[in-house]
Amino acid sequence: MKVVFETEDLDCAHCAQKMEDAVAKIDGVQFCKVNFLALKMTLEIQDDKEDEIIKKVIATCKKVEPDCTLRRK
Amino acid sequence: MTRKQKKRLFRIIVSAVLLLAVLIPDKAGAFPDLPWFVWLLLYLVPYFLIGYDVLLTAFKNIGHGQVFSEKFLMTVATLGALAIGFFPDMEPEYAEAVFVMLFYQVGEFFQSIAVGKSRKNIASLMDIRPDSANLLLEDGSFEQTDPDEIQIGQVIVVRPGEKIPLDGVVLQGQSTVDTSALTGESRPQQVRESDPVLSGSINQTGLLHVRVTKTFGQSTVSKILELVENASSNKSKSENFITKFARWYTPVVVFSALALAILPPLVILAAGNAPVWGDWIKRALTFLVVSCPCALVISIPLSYFGGIGGASAKGILVKGSNHLEDLASASVLCIDKTGTLTKGNFAVDALHPEGIDEERFLYYAAHAEASSSHPIALAFRQAYGKEPEARDVQSMEDVTTAHARGIRAQVAGHAVLIGNADLMAEAGLTPAEPVECGSVAHMAVDGVYAGYAVIRDELKPEAAQVVNELHELGVRPVVMLTGDREETAADVAHKTGIDAFRAQLLPEDKVRALTEEMERMKEKNPRGKLLFAGDGVNDAPVITRADVGIAMGALGSDAAIEAADIVLMNDSLSQLVKAIRIARFTRRIVWENVVFALGVKFAVLLLTALGFGQMWMAIFADVGVCVLAVLNAMRTLHYSSKKA
Repeated sequence: MKVVFETEDLDCAHCAQKMEDAVAKIDGVQFCKVNFLALKMTLEIQDDKEDEIIKKVIATCKKVEPDCTLRRK
Repeated sequence: MTRKQKKRLFRIIVSAVLLLAVLIPDKAGAFPDLPWFVWLLLYLVPYFLIGYDVLLTAFKNIGHGQVFSEKFLMTVATLGALAIGFFPDMEPEYAEAVFVMLFYQVGEFFQSIAVGKSRKNIASLMDIRPDSANLLLEDGSFEQTDPDEIQIGQVIVVRPGEKIPLDGVVLQGQSTVDTSALTGESRPQQVRESDPVLSGSINQTGLLHVRVTKTFGQSTVSKILELVENASSNKSKSENFITKFARWYTPVVVFSALALAILPPLVILAAGNAPVWGDWIKRALTFLVVSCPCALVISIPLSYFGGIGGASAKGILVKGSNHLEDLASASVLCIDKTGTLTKGNFAVDALHPEGIDEERFLYYAAHAEASSSHPIALAFRQAYGKEPEARDVQSMEDVTTAHARGIRAQVAGHAVLIGNADLMAEAGLTPAEPVECGSVAHMAVDGVYAGYAVIRDELKPEAAQVVNELHELGVRPVVMLTGDREETAADVAHKTGIDAFRAQLLPEDKVRALTEEMERMKEKNPRGKLLFAGDGVNDAPVITRADVGIAMGALGSDAAIEAADIVLMNDSLSQLVKAIRIARFTRRIVWENVVFALGVKFAVLLLTALGFGQMWMAIFADVGVCVLAVLNAMRTLHYSSKKA
């Protein structure tokens, strides 16, 4: 399934790239794209573990870029 | 300004004031009796005030195993500067440490403003998304509804001044609509009952009732927005290069800093002299400040995004940064004739019937082609002037062999054959040799040759000018690929100044012709790119095969938008030149930024290694360059909206 997050306070393109790389490595995430300019993170994740994966995604982003807040759209 | 930005600005101002309050008495030597640790503590107040979040994040990052974060590097550099006074023979650098942190925050502040502003600019360019639709209710009133909830077949009301929210057909009312947000074409368009209207255009004068023909997700406006938003995920080669470069750059600079701190003093020591650890460590710390590649990492995608955004405001949709980059290297253009160089409005120009009169000729032609949507068929029906009688047509089939193309039909009991000269020859007839230029349709009735009609298409008025401008841009040769006759093609080529043409191509020949042109180009200019421009409907295979496939006049045509890399929403040829200009301008900005950012960084690294560098230079090379590069990148947007 497709999940879209808004990325608040994402001011550094390099960090967006790092977030994308880190999230893409999470188990169950098939695809991750951070659009730095549109302030959007688009994910393609495994259907049956939605809550678990999303929790992991948020935790990972907090780690990689503590300034940035994810908000589910 | 967002709340976060305001907070940051406030911290910057307060820390700057506090820093000056300590710095001035310190440098003036006002309190010579104060011990060093009091000064250190005084400096630490503004230092922590401005830098606490940086320090906090840096230490958190180490906890997560991320050593090369920008904030960590700033932390090491400033803590190092604070500590350097403890080395023998070194002056304390407390003030410098606070300055570095302060400038870093100022830079981040500007960067955040610049990026936010760019985002807003781009968003306003693409502000074509309608917020609501007025759904017509049974009692004649209307209700504001989310466009997403409107279904096909429902009727919406669009008042003057409002955006048309969904694609549809006018049911009632007449008005002029402004499609400039979609096509870049500012001339308003007249619409009345049964005319199609596209979402994203603005209703100017009259009240319209529109029957919705596409859901919001399928409507033109959603398609365009989706396309432009996703464009940045098709990365250009320079973006990929920068991404790779960034991965290496930071570690390399950090390790060079480490080497700079350790090796030269060791060498000096080995030579038997006293090493100056402090000085070399200070140089190393300056290195760290320059080690973030942010200027490049932000500004290059931003340049492309600006170029794509600016182009889309002109009715030029680019599906990815890679296509914009390729377009800038355009060196050969292959172009379709009908509907691309010409208007595509066919009209019967001359009739030469043999053995039958003109009226009869047109009667057969219009009926044989009654159900065809081919431009020639339309021209015949138009010339006939009446609706063909369906019952007069007994049968109809398309004929396509190696060279012959046409139609075979039974009209009012007569066998009618219409097609090119080869079709006549294959039927054992000798067609007349036409004297005029244009597309020729020969006819045979019951196996007897019955003459021919010449059907002409008008050249677009800007065609010659555009070919000339393409030459000026270094796009040469411009090659026309057409299914039409040699003579017609030669005539068009002559009138427009096109360099070469290949005529009488069947659709599959076009792909081969294009491939040959491409090979010829690659021999001469291996880095050149071949463009193909066509209407996008009949030439999808050719569009796909070209380096950059361009569909022209594609507004409302999903097939064309699907196949092409670049979509020109209105059918003016000058859009082609505009697109290339925008691409070239974007490429120039990208290079400017690469050269500028790397140039300044390497210059500062070199100066620092040699001992001439200062911390403030390093800060400029880091955040200053980034802000300037972002501002420069935003020019891609403004160029296109002003000049093109």
